Amino acid sequence: MQKNIILAGVGGQGILSIAAVIDWAALHEGLNIRQAEVHGMSQRGGAVQSHLRISDQELFADLIGLGTADLILSVEPLEALRYLPYLAPDGRVVTSLDPFVNMTSYPPMEEIEAELGKTGHPVLVHAADLAKDAGSARASNMVMLGAGAPFTGIAPSKLEAGIEALFGTKGQEVVDINIRAFRKGLQLSNT
Amino acid sequence: MNHSRLLLLGAEAVAQGAIDAGLSGVYAYPGTPSTEITEYIQRSAPARQSGIRSAWSANEKTAYEAALGMSYAGKRSLVCMKHVGLNVAADAFMNSAITGVNGGLVLAVADDPSMHSSQNEQDSRVYGRFAMVPVLEPASQQELYDAMFHAFELSEAVRLPVIMRMTTRLSHSRAGVELKASLEQNPLNAEYAPGRFVLMPQNARVQYRHLLDLQPMLEALSESSFLNQPVEGHGPLGIIAFGVGYNYAMEARKAHGIECRLLKIGQYPLPRTQVNELFEACSEVLVVEEGYPVYEELFRSYFGSAKVRGRMDGTLPRDGELTTDLVAAALGVKPPETATTPEIVVGRPPELCKGCGHRDMFDAINIAIKENADHHVFSDIGCYTLGALAPYNAIHTCVDMGAAITMAKGAADAGLRPAVCVIGDSTFAHSGMTGLLDAVNDRTPVTVIIADNDTTAMTGGQCSSASGSKLVKICIGLGVEEAHIRTIVPLRQHLHENVSVLRDEFAYNGVSVVIAQRECIETVAKKKRRAAASAQ
Repeated sequence: MQKNIILAGVGGQGILSIAAVIDWAALHEGLNIRQAEVHGMSQRGGAVQSHLRISDQELFADLIGLGTADLILSVEPLEALRYLPYLAPDGRVVTSLDPFVNMTSYPPMEEIEAELGKTGHPVLVHAADLAKDAGSARASNMVMLGAGAPFTGIAPSKLEAGIEALFGTKGQEVVDINIRAFRKGLQLSNT
Repeated sequence: MNHSRLLLLGAEAVAQGAIDAGLSGVYAYPGTPSTEITEYIQRSAPARQSGIRSAWSANEKTAYEAALGMSYAGKRSLVCMKHVGLNVAADAFMNSAITGVNGGLVLAVADDPSMHSSQNEQDSRVYGRFAMVPVLEPASQQELYDAMFHAFELSEAVRLPVIMRMTTRLSHSRAGVELKASLEQNPLNAEYAPGRFVLMPQNARVQYRHLLDLQPMLEALSESSFLNQPVEGHGPLGIIAFGVGYNYAMEARKAHGIECRLLKIGQYPLPRTQVNELFEACSEVLVVEEGYPVYEELFRSYFGSAKVRGRMDGTLPRDGELTTDLVAAALGVKPPETATTPEIVVGRPPELCKGCGHRDMFDAINIAIKENADHHVFSDIGCYTLGALAPYNAIHTCVDMGAAITMAKGAADAGLRPAVCVIGDSTFAHSGMTGLLDAVNDRTPVTVIIADNDTTAMTGGQCSSASGSKLVKICIGLGVEEAHIRTIVPLRQHLHENVSVLRDEFAYNGVSVVIAQRECIETVAKKKRRAAASAQ
């Protein structure tokens, strides 16, 4: 088993929490992990990405090669498109449809959706709405993790255990909201 | 299933390795991509329990000298910085190779090829050659951890500082790391050794000769290092892969079924025998270095350019960090056909946070400065460097830590009026104070605006060495007239008043300091989150 996953978003949107949950679950499955992330200047509202690789064999590179990503999981629709050169021919795009507009030249949503439509069978998610249903708009990254879960190679129950481990220190209510958010995303992806 | 592995960033693997190898103190100034080493030690409960000293230093030079002092006293010390930080610490570093060390001293330096968060992509291995000290360059997080034990042992065995070089990609990537049994700290064991440590010429000549005499032994130690390993292969093509270059070469070999010989390098000076063997066995050798073509250049003179492929002949790009795709292409693999990024995908550069005090400060500066024909603003390194971008376009220089003040001074000496600069509180403490003293001594007409957000914000909110009332006292102490040390609060409702203060000080024919004081909104939010969590 080997999965190459690109996590995409804007600095501050919580892609590192998604990475942390997948990392936790993969580590407890005894898998090898390499997960490169962006620190420093770009974190201030810039485009950020994380290359996440998990495998039952030895991994060398921290970066994913072009055309080899099994999954682009994005918490922002424009950012999903930025990394298309990494997508494998049979790779999947799973993205939130909630735009994060912090520049004047942000393209119209119809154009973004048209481009997303060209990627095969993208999973498009109204993440903020589902997160609010789950109890907090801040959990939209966990909605996206749920939507991406079937393509990560890790069982959803293991990812939920990761959510409990990661959010446990913040109290049971926070854990419950994030688990509900995760399940809403998962349900959407499975239907 | 293996639960004993910790998931660590490369930087954190260095930190954990140091803690487990009997570290007594870490000294550092924050700088991407090295910051997380020190932060990890500051957060570590075992490090606290064993009394490992870990607060931030004012700059890389003070950090390095303190680490050398701890080593002098017999204990193991670690000093961490980014590549350009080593320029600041270079005086101490170069001369510590002449004095040598007592307790193990490891300099962890993180280079930033592709300049993700830096002004240049200088290669710290050049400093290693310059000072003639051992350099380690592990390829993985596990190797970084293991190599920290090795680095301290090596440092104590040869009595030299040892460089642990890494680059952004490894420093900021996580992997599972298996820990080893931890070692006790060294006892206090300061030695009177003025012959080594008093670098007057007659001593320095002896010590330098000793450093030269050590070189064959350092090379022999590289020959037997676990970090230098040949990888089985055949055919006329060979690869010599340095640091994380090894990862990309191995990935490309695996993905494309290339079975060429490979020599992995992770310890310098180079193991000459192993390198000779590779070049003798192959008719062509690809040199894969993450950074400058430091060794490629030497190979070209030593083995002849015809045999060598790499960054200098365009087989690999001359600048920027490596990837598996670049190394695969250098090995003759046709690039994969992939989707392209749609044209509608515009860039998303970083920006000042919504609600950041720097925004209001730049609004005020822009109004006041544009009343003058010349409106140059010299600046420095920090979040406020983002003031160079739209919509502010408010600053016109950013060169090195502290240069805002001294460049403004030089421009004022040339006749530029007004001579205005913006520097952060932490950058001022790092390298701004001496420049301000120069301006005071010279009665140079400059206005120094200190953007005091009470933290080192760009690197994630580390403690600043001087902010608030301490800044005022420092400026008074350096001789700035109290009437021309003004404090403003950069908030929208104070815009009119702040412009007026700036206008007055720009017009003043002497040294003036305007401290724009408002806490970083990120650290305010962090404090609130912490308070809420502890209230639960």
